[in-house]
Amino acid sequence: MGLLDKWRQIKQAEAEQGIDHTMYLTLKEERRISRENNRIIRQFEREKNRKNVPEEEYLTKMRDPNNVVEFENLHTYFFTDVGTVKSVNGVTFDIPQGKVVGVVGESGCGKSVTSLSLMQLVQAPQGQIVSGSIRYQDRNGKCYEITKMPRDKMLKVRGKEIAMIFQEPMTSLNPVFKIGEQMDEVVLLHEEDATPKMARERSLEMLNLVGIADPQKVYNNYPHELSGGMRQRVMIAMALSCTPRLIIADEPTTALDVTIQAQILELLRDVKNKINGSIMLITHDLGVIAEMADYVVVMYAGRIIEKGTVREIFHNPKHPYTIGLMRSKPSGKTKDNRLYSIKGQVPNPINMPNHCYFFNRCDRAIEICAEEYPEMVQFTDTHSAACHLCRNGGLMDTNSTKEQR
Amino acid sequence: MWNYLLKRVALALLILFGVSALIYLLSMLMPADYIDNQTAAAVQMGTMTLDDVQRLKELYGLADKSLPGIAKSYLKWLTSALSGDLGYSFVYGRPVTDVLSQYIWISFLIAFISYLLEIVIGIPMGIKASVNQYSAYDYTVSVFAMMGTALPSFFLSALLMNVFAIRLGILPLQGLTTATKIFPHNAYFQILLDKAWHLVLPITVLTLLGVGGLMKFTRTNMLEVLNSDYIRTARAKGLSEHTVVYKHAFRNTLIPLVTSLSGMLPGLFGGAMITETVFAIPGIGYMALRATQQGDIPFIMGYNMFLSILTVLGMLISDIMYMVVDPRVKLS
Repeated sequence: MGLLDKWRQIKQAEAEQGIDHTMYLTLKEERRISRENNRIIRQFEREKNRKNVPEEEYLTKMRDPNNVVEFENLHTYFFTDVGTVKSVNGVTFDIPQGKVVGVVGESGCGKSVTSLSLMQLVQAPQGQIVSGSIRYQDRNGKCYEITKMPRDKMLKVRGKEIAMIFQEPMTSLNPVFKIGEQMDEVVLLHEEDATPKMARERSLEMLNLVGIADPQKVYNNYPHELSGGMRQRVMIAMALSCTPRLIIADEPTTALDVTIQAQILELLRDVKNKINGSIMLITHDLGVIAEMADYVVVMYAGRIIEKGTVREIFHNPKHPYTIGLMRSKPSGKTKDNRLYSIKGQVPNPINMPNHCYFFNRCDRAIEICAEEYPEMVQFTDTHSAACHLCRNGGLMDTNSTKEQR
Repeated sequence: MWNYLLKRVALALLILFGVSALIYLLSMLMPADYIDNQTAAAVQMGTMTLDDVQRLKELYGLADKSLPGIAKSYLKWLTSALSGDLGYSFVYGRPVTDVLSQYIWISFLIAFISYLLEIVIGIPMGIKASVNQYSAYDYTVSVFAMMGTALPSFFLSALLMNVFAIRLGILPLQGLTTATKIFPHNAYFQILLDKAWHLVLPITVLTLLGVGGLMKFTRTNMLEVLNSDYIRTARAKGLSEHTVVYKHAFRNTLIPLVTSLSGMLPGLFGGAMITETVFAIPGIGYMALRATQQGDIPFIMGYNMFLSILTVLGMLISDIMYMVVDPRVKLS
């Protein structure tokens, strides 16, 4: 067999698996992309840099007053040198007051970018919220449109109304400032007429709340003197210090070892009840979701493919991807030696196909799956999925689903 | 920590010893020594015989160029150097320590002022460029920084001399004082002003040469810090962009900046050989170049040992400062 034939064979195999290497750009294309990007970015940045925006422009109304946050058809794109990456491509879901909403999906599916959009922290200037809306209701019942909010107003929301806990406790604290200093800063910034003494007391109280045995000592420590679990506790304490309405926890336990994971989750659930806030929990660990969440949002390649209550998602998953996710979770019950994994890869984020993004990995794809992107199909008030197989009130054979599980 | 410092000092002494032996050997092995240089014309004209030259060499301790001979004279130099006596300079006819202590100050003054200017200009420019990465400001500053770093100092000096001293005639060309002016003895202020006026061009040259590197260094470090997780945390806290950049990010950029800048401090006494020579400023660099060209071994030894000590000192200061600015570092 000639080398050329072999190469063709490899290419064909790759094409069947949906691997696309044809990302080579000519100089001309590159220049065109870069020019286009600059134009678009400048436009968005100009909009964001406006000063003295009247409040009416970003005041809005919630669809349901019980929600803290509503995402509606959110699009966040990254304008890169090789093309536009549609990281978040039409995401709609709500975070109700006092509930935990879990966002699951594999790496790069847009979970974190969704949360960063909510904080207006998407890496600018490449990353921009292109369209859609994010509505936020503060504790006085006032509703803001985050996508239109000017930067200086947003500073009053971050840390005070919405706090964030990050994945990497080892690198998320500033190494040159003492824990106390970093914690006091939040209080001094957001609480009116806060004194250093008051901030200190609040910080110590928070450290105590997250179960740190010797708050006085930790208060005067530098981050490198603490273990990963301790640092994550400090991060949580910091997030709590202004009693936020919503805590975004972006994979809070991924970098921690398993025993500490359980403690941190326990702690999160505990503090949520204490401050009566909501949590947006981003993770790819279904175990964490099952334990913590009230509602689950499953994302795939920048879109929501299924959402519902935790019961609906775990007991009655509809979308083949969700089913695949459930199957790829290790469990003591099955006797198979190998852990199930969904074959193939997420499609290239640039040049997304116009058919279902999961098509090439789906083991029950039908003809229409290659033709158009499926609409969301509603099963109950809370449960919906975007799959052609689910149309007409759930065409999918539930028996075979059980078998597969 | 004291243990660490003691160890470092002991190591430094060892290094200095090695350096001195090497420099002594190399300068003794130079093909034409001081006496050869001085007597070449006389020998050619026949006013001196080779015997006279040989006698002179013995007098100056340059006669025996065999290895044991060099070793013997090195040991002699070393023992007197250890007691603080660096010998007499051949060229200047005065003790080396005298020459050094007289001329380092003007060199230090020039170097120190341009060091301060570099810091004041380079660091804010670097920060601004990193905050506005890929903006017009960033590109412009980076290009100028690159140009400043890439230009040879003698070329830049010549260029500035041509423009400001010869074409425009607004700044003096060379030297430290105006030769055509006579000042009364008590006109200290005028003399000072005149000298300062002469230092404008050399300081400009040194600043332009150094500022680019410092700006680039600040920019690179700042960019690295600005992309780190704790900066995202700081933003998520709701801190203003100004606080994020100048408090949280800059405090971290300060670590490499302070260590490298403090390490440069002792080196400021070393003199800028080329720039001082081009501008004919009687600084230590200029004096050292003249002495080296003529094979003035005591001065070469004295000057190079001085430089070595400054370098070793710089590294030590750098280490100590690292510990001071970075809480994670403990010297042990």
